[in-house]
Amino acid sequence: MTDRIGIIGDPDSILAFKAIGVETFGVSTGVEAKAYIKEMTQKKFKVIFITERIAMEIEEFLQKYKSMTYPAIIPIPSGEATGFGMNGIRRDMEKAIGADILFRKD
Amino acid sequence: MARLNVNPTRMEMKRLKARLTTAIRGHKLLKDKSDEMIRQFSVLIRKNKDLRETVEKGLSDTLSAFTLARALTSSQVLEEALSMPSKSVEITCGSKNIMSVAVPDIQIVESASGDIFPYSFSTITGEADSSITELQKVLKKLIELAEIEKACNMLAVEIEKNKRRVNALEYVMIPQLNETIKYIRMKLEENDRAATTRIMKVKDMIAARELLEKN
Repeated sequence: MTDRIGIIGDPDSILAFKAIGVETFGVSTGVEAKAYIKEMTQKKFKVIFITERIAMEIEEFLQKYKSMTYPAIIPIPSGEATGFGMNGIRRDMEKAIGADILFRKD
Repeated sequence: MARLNVNPTRMEMKRLKARLTTAIRGHKLLKDKSDEMIRQFSVLIRKNKDLRETVEKGLSDTLSAFTLARALTSSQVLEEALSMPSKSVEITCGSKNIMSVAVPDIQIVESASGDIFPYSFSTITGEADSSITELQKVLKKLIELAEIEKACNMLAVEIEKNKRRVNALEYVMIPQLNETIKYIRMKLEENDRAATTRIMKVKDMIAARELLEKN
């Protein structure tokens, strides 16, 4: 049984993913992205990549997927990294450990 | 700490003592669980960070190369060329167990056909070819990242939940039980003393009366 991977983002940045066989869903606003995520969850997409710019808009909406095993919704940079993904790691770390063990500057 | 609202009876005290033992054992177990989860988490989060750094770098390189390729070809031609991918990425998703948290376990299924380019080379520039090959490589890392990042997300949530349980036991439940047990014990001892003095008093009274009757 194989599962599907999808990517959500602005159509220009995700065009390249189409070539390697990832299903692409072009959106320009957070509202559209939410609708796609809901639909994709039902259609058994297990991994959903989302470009950082869109992910930022719907951060709160993405929170509730955090504690589920699937779908794994992962923010990825489109072009230059904005640091949104790294911030996610930092937040996880603070939540779990309560201290910064990775990004601390000595 | 407020004590529980219970009747100060021996029965109640016995019940509470049993609860206290359970609470202390549960607290110890949960604390051990929390320690182990944090240990696993700190290993995973380090991996997560490294992987994300690699992926973000790889992705921005690849995508900028692709942007260049796009600039060299007209957008219609390119979109047409890419609209029918020759193969699709397939994954199998299971779940594995880290400290009773079901985290995803994702495997990429390699599809058979070797050629990844869904277009003829004559229409598209070479930049596109190389960026697509690169992207193919990044995708593997990307899926690995998805797996690990999700595990970190879930562990973080679980660790936080567990921490709350440990704290609730340590700072609310256990002190409360201790206090209530102490209260019941005091009350029972007090009753005991009251009964003893009462009996002594009565004995004195009887003795006094008997003395009076003799005389």
